[in-house]
Amino acid sequence: MYFDSVYQLITMDGHGVYVWTAVVVTLVVLVSLIVKPLRQHHKILQTIAREIELEQLVKTTASQQEATDASNP
Amino acid sequence: MLNMQWTWFHRLGSPRWFYQKTQRWLPWLSAITAVLLLVGLVWGLAFAPQDAKQGNSFRIIYLHVPASFLALVGYYIMAISGAVGLIWRIKLSFMVMKSAAPIGAALTFVALFTGAVWGKPTWGAYWVWDARITSMLILLFLYLGILALRYTFSVSEASDRASAILGLVGTVNVPIIYKSVDWWQTLHQPATIKLTGAPSMHPDMFAPLLLMIIGFYGFYFLTLMLFTRAEILHRERKASWVRELVSKKRAEV
Amino acid sequence: MNMTGGFRDHLWRDLLLAYRRRGDLVKPLMFFLMVSTLVPLAIAPEPERLAKLAPGMIWIMALLATLLSIESLFSDDFRDGSLEQMLISPDLLVMPVLGKMTAHWLVIGVPLTLISPLIGLWFSLPMVALLPMILSLAVGTALLSFIGAVGAALTLPLRQGGVLLTLLVMPLYMPVLIFGSATIQSAVDGLIWFNPLLVLVALLAIAVALCPLATAAALRLAKNA
Repeated sequence: MYFDSVYQLITMDGHGVYVWTAVVVTLVVLVSLIVKPLRQHHKILQTIAREIELEQLVKTTASQQEATDASNP
Repeated sequence: MLNMQWTWFHRLGSPRWFYQKTQRWLPWLSAITAVLLLVGLVWGLAFAPQDAKQGNSFRIIYLHVPASFLALVGYYIMAISGAVGLIWRIKLSFMVMKSAAPIGAALTFVALFTGAVWGKPTWGAYWVWDARITSMLILLFLYLGILALRYTFSVSEASDRASAILGLVGTVNVPIIYKSVDWWQTLHQPATIKLTGAPSMHPDMFAPLLLMIIGFYGFYFLTLMLFTRAEILHRERKASWVRELVSKKRAEV
Repeated sequence: MNMTGGFRDHLWRDLLLAYRRRGDLVKPLMFFLMVSTLVPLAIAPEPERLAKLAPGMIWIMALLATLLSIESLFSDDFRDGSLEQMLISPDLLVMPVLGKMTAHWLVIGVPLTLISPLIGLWFSLPMVALLPMILSLAVGTALLSFIGAVGAALTLPLRQGGVLLTLLVMPLYMPVLIFGSATIQSAVDGLIWFNPLLVLVALLAIAVALCPLATAAALRLAKNA
């Protein structure tokens, strides 16, 4: 390593604050750029799944209704 | 023969094809990008020598330069996707364009922030109106304008086309802006040092930078894919292939 | 089909409409004049300081005054159905658009240019910069009208598109501002002021070619929104 110790790595002769702030902010932005679309993706899948369930529910109740209608003329 | 080429072209524009193909690419791209960024960053922060004039603060270059590159390249990717969507009416192209906007804006912000933080220890001020930073700021405004325009139109097709038009107008402007700000700078500051220019590079300093730049490119395309995939699912949610996909996933659970 | 059909008609129509609403025309001019008096009040009345600020300030105020007026470029036509007429007419849509843009410049930009010597006087602008200022404003305000029209067309569906319009158009205006004020500043500094002016002219040429296309495309979208 270029620096003699971890302490020197962190302080970087006084420039450490600047360098590490830049690193942290950049990482935060990059991570959120990954997390956000993944969460959206997950949410949409859930929404669609719920829609499908709802549709199936409607279908089964409709067919049950038809069956009861047919047996009670 | 022509028919074959046309179907290939059309398949390229199919959201479903994109979704399925990227499903397979994602793990590889993520791995490669992660390795590149990790190695590049650790190398640059901990192992590369410090700069003779700027000291250790120059290490910010490993974040600032790749972010700036991708911010600018990202704008062109967004504009070109918009143009392709306008000319050939390919929906997928518009979806890519829509995804590129927030990514580009975020990277421009990173470029500006890291540039400012770099400026303080090196030249004593967080903000200096030098050519590069000013152009980056205007680029950010261009991105923000496109993001804001999105909400003007409720119909998504009109929204796409409007964003594409604005993107194209901005594209013509980007080189003009860069050149004019550059020229404006020389008028007011016969600067001998280009303030955010890279110091003359020792190969030990340059290698990690190269890794970071390539890594950022990988990251850009990774996030572009992720955003586009989410957009595809959203827009195509009524399509049968999406329904099948979701049903299969539910069955797996 | 007449290739240039619609240009002259719409140019004339807009000029006539503007004339009938003469009161509205005065507003950007009044803005220009009044904000000019704010600067000495807020900063300093010393001639040297004002003269230093003059090139930039005059240009910023001209830009803001133009921005004020650009929002309504298409909104009236949108409301009363004339836009529909333009869209379904057999003439190329760029022609009426070009006519409207030119009319806007004639009605807003040219008066601003003509009144600018007065502002120059208030700011103690050296005489040598008078002609450069007039020329830069003449060319520059045309650029502002053309570029602004694109923004106006894109934000047409919004009821309060003014803020978004400003946001969209500002980055596009910045090069115009840079070269416009540089023309005046170069003259003040005794340098060759032709160069930035020529850049403005070149930019105008590009704008005349591209802006009507972009505006026409955006107008078609507005109808469907």
